Amino acid sequence: MGLPLPSKVLEHILSFIDSNEDRNSVSLVCKSWFDTERRTRKRVFVGNCYSVSPVTVSRRFPKMRSLTLKGKPHFADYNLVPDGWGGYAWPWIEVLAKKNPLLEEIRLKRMVITDECLEMIAASFKEFKALVLVSCEGFTTDGIAAIAATCRNLEVLELRECIVEDLGGDWLSYFPESLTSLVSLDFSCLDSEVKLSDLERLVSRSPNLKSLKLNRAVTLEGLESLLRRAPQLTDLGTGSFSAEFEPEMFSKLSKAFAECKQLKSLSGLWDVIPEYLPALYSVCPGLTSLNLSYATVRMPDLVGILRRCWKLQKLWVMDLIEDKGLQTVAMRCKDLRELRVFPSEPDLDDVSVALTEEGLVTVSRSCRKLESILYFCVQFTNAALVTISRYRPNIKCFRLCVIEPFAPDHITREPLDEGFRAIVEGCKDLRRLSVSGLLTDKAFEYIGKHAKKVRMLSIAFAGDSDLMLHHLLSGCEGLKKLEIRDCPFGDSALLEHAAKLETMRSLWMSSCFVSFGACKVLSQKLPKLNVEVIDEMYPPESRPENSPVERIYIYRTLAGPRLDMPEFVWTIHKNPEVGVSNLAIK
Amino acid sequence: MRGESEEEVGKSNLPVESELELGLGLSLGGSAWRERGRILTAKDFPCVGSKRAADSSSSSHQGASPPRSSSQVVGWPPIGLHRMNSLVNKAARAEEEEGKKKVDELKDVTMKVNGKVEGLGFVKVNMDGDGIGRKVDIRAHSSYENLAQTLEEMFFGMKGTTSMEKAKPLRLLDGSSDFVLTYEDKEGDWMLVGDVPWRMFITSVKRLRIMGTAEANGLAPRHQKQKERQRNNNPV
Repeated sequence: MGLPLPSKVLEHILSFIDSNEDRNSVSLVCKSWFDTERRTRKRVFVGNCYSVSPVTVSRRFPKMRSLTLKGKPHFADYNLVPDGWGGYAWPWIEVLAKKNPLLEEIRLKRMVITDECLEMIAASFKEFKALVLVSCEGFTTDGIAAIAATCRNLEVLELRECIVEDLGGDWLSYFPESLTSLVSLDFSCLDSEVKLSDLERLVSRSPNLKSLKLNRAVTLEGLESLLRRAPQLTDLGTGSFSAEFEPEMFSKLSKAFAECKQLKSLSGLWDVIPEYLPALYSVCPGLTSLNLSYATVRMPDLVGILRRCWKLQKLWVMDLIEDKGLQTVAMRCKDLRELRVFPSEPDLDDVSVALTEEGLVTVSRSCRKLESILYFCVQFTNAALVTISRYRPNIKCFRLCVIEPFAPDHITREPLDEGFRAIVEGCKDLRRLSVSGLLTDKAFEYIGKHAKKVRMLSIAFAGDSDLMLHHLLSGCEGLKKLEIRDCPFGDSALLEHAAKLETMRSLWMSSCFVSFGACKVLSQKLPKLNVEVIDEMYPPESRPENSPVERIYIYRTLAGPRLDMPEFVWTIHKNPEVGVSNLAIK
Repeated sequence: MRGESEEEVGKSNLPVESELELGLGLSLGGSAWRERGRILTAKDFPCVGSKRAADSSSSSHQGASPPRSSSQVVGWPPIGLHRMNSLVNKAARAEEEEGKKKVDELKDVTMKVNGKVEGLGFVKVNMDGDGIGRKVDIRAHSSYENLAQTLEEMFFGMKGTTSMEKAKPLRLLDGSSDFVLTYEDKEGDWMLVGDVPWRMFITSVKRLRIMGTAEANGLAPRHQKQKERQRNNNPV
C-alpha cells in the first residue's frame, strides 16, 4: 500500500471535477475520499426529492452553493399525477435556510413551491443569485416580486412552463433601481402584461443581460424597444410576434434584429404573422437554436426562415413544417443535433398536415450529427425506423409518438416491433427511448435484449401480456427510469423481478393491471423502496387484494416513508390518521 | 356521469388472470367500477383497419359512440400543459374568427373522472378548512345540480364510504347545509352559485369556493355586487 494522498492535494484535484457522476464515483473510493469530496462539492443534484432527506443532504455537503431538485414523476407533465400528490419545496428550503445560508442557486423541476417559500428564499440567502423553476406550481406573482425586491445580487430568474397564479404584472417593478446584475430573465409562462417602461429600464441597467424571454403580452413594439437596449443578447424569447403589418414597424424591427450580432438562440414567436418573419433574416445565419413550436405559420414561411439557418443545432417546430419543410432542413441544417416536431392539432380527427415518417427519414439521412429526436406523427412504418437506425446509429435520444394509439405500420399493417428492434440494435448509445404505435410483447424482448444503455424508457398503449414487463425487467441493464401507462400486464412479472427495482431510480405504472395485493407484497420485499399506490377513486384498503390500482409509483429512497402523503396516496406504512402535513406544504 | 358506452374491456386482448381480476372488480360497484378498471384498447380509437380492431369480436359497442379523438384520453397525446393550452386556445380563437358557434360541442377532454387539464373549462375549487385545492371541469357538467353533485362527491363523499353507499348529499345549493358554494367571476367579485343561468355562469366563473354559511352571509344575492378582493391563502 502506497502513501495516502494528502487531502489538500485531493481537494485541489477535485476542484477540476464538476460532473456529479464523477464526484459520486470519487466518493466511493474510500472513506477519506468520500469526506474530502463531500466537503468540496458545490453543485448538488437530487433527482427525486423524496429519495433523501433535506437534513442529510445539507449535512453531507456543507459548502453547497447550488441545489437542483426534481419532484413529481415525469408523467405529471401529462396530467397523470393528481393534484396534491406532493413534491413540496418547503421542507428543503426550511432546512437550507438554517444550515446553508450561503446558498446561491436553486433549481426546481416539477415541484410545488409557495409564495411563503419564495419569501423565505429571498430573506434567508444573502448571496442568492439564481432561481430556476421548471414546470413548478403553487405560487403567485407576489412570490416572484419578493425575489425581485430582495435579492440584491440576483443574476438569474427563470420561470419555465410553470403554473403561476397571475395577480398582475406589478412584480417586475419590484426590481430595485440598484439591481444591475441580471444575466437571465425568463417570464414567458406568465400571462399578465408588465409595464414596458419598467422592463426597458431594467434591461438598460443590466449590461450583463444575455438571455431575455418575454411573455406573450409583450408586443412587437415593445420587443423592438427592448432589443435596441440589449443588442448583446445571446438568447431571446420574443413576445407575441404579431401586429397589423406596417412597413415602418417592419423596418424598425429588422434594424433592431440586425444589431443583435450575438444572438444564438431564438424562441417565443407566438401568433407570428408571416409578413413580419423576414425581420428575422439577419439573425438566422448565426442561430444555433430555434424554437418555432409556437409559431403557427405554414410550411412556405417556415422554409423561408429555415433555409437561412445553416448553423442550426437545435430545432423545435410544429408539424406544420410538413415533409417538404423537413427536406429544406435536411439540406441546409447540416449541423443539426436535436429535432423536435410537435403536433399542431391535439385532436386526431382534425389532423390534416402532410407530415409523415418520410420527413424524419429525410432529416436522419442528411444530418449526420442528429442524435436527439422527438417526433409526433399520425402514423409510421417499420421500414422508416429501420432506415433511420441505419443512417443514424449515433442517436442518443429517440422519442417517437405515433399519435394514434395501437396504430400499426400503415403500409404493411404489421406491428412496429421490427422497426424498434432496428432502433435498439443499431443505436448502441441510446439513452432515452419512447415507443408508440402497435407493439406486441416481441418488441419488448428486443428492447430488453439490446437497449443496454437506455436509462429512461416510456411506454404507452403497448404489449400483450406480462411477458412485456418480464422482458424489460430482466434485460435493460442500464435502466433507471421506467414509466408505463395503459398496458395490459398484471402482477407476475413485477413480482418476479422485484429486485431490479432496487437498481432503478423510479418506476411509474398507471392504468395497468397490477393489483393492490401485489403492491403489498412488493412493499414487503423491497423495504428500501417506497411503493406508492395512488388512487383517487377508492381508498386501496377498501377493495379486494386482486383489484387493479389506478397508479403505482415506486422509487428508491434513503428517507423512508414520506410524511406528506395526501389521502389518495397509500404506502404500507400509512397511518390513516396522518393526512397531509401542513408543515410540508407551507 | 356521461353516457359513455358501457362496453366491456376488450377481454380478448387480456391475459387470463386479468379477467378474474375484473370479474371481482365488477362485483363491487357495478358500472363505475368497470369504468375505473378499464384500459383503453384499439376499439376506443377510430383507426383504419388496426389489427386489434379487426380482432375484436365483441359487438357490444356497435351503435354506441366510442371516444372520437385521442385528445379525450387523459394525457394523450403526451404534450405539456402550456403547449396543450396554446393549441386549444388557437383553435378557439380560430373558431371565433370564423364565427362558428360550437356551443353544443364543447370539448370534453376527460373520459376518466380523475383527469385534469387546465385551461379547458377547469376551475380551481377550494373548501374552507381543507388545505388541498381541487380542480373541476365546468364544461363536463350540464347544470348546477350536476356540478353540486360532483363537488359533494369530491369533498364529502369518499370519507369512510364504500362505493355502494354515497354520503348523504350535502345540498350545496339550497342553503340547507353548513356549507355554501360560491364563485369568483371574471370581474373578481364573489357571488353565490346558482343565481344566473347556467350558460352565463360557465362563461364567467373563474374559480369556486365552498365556504361555511356563517361566512357567506355577506355575499351578494343576485344583482348586488360586493367588491372584495379575496386572497386565497391555500396552496396549490
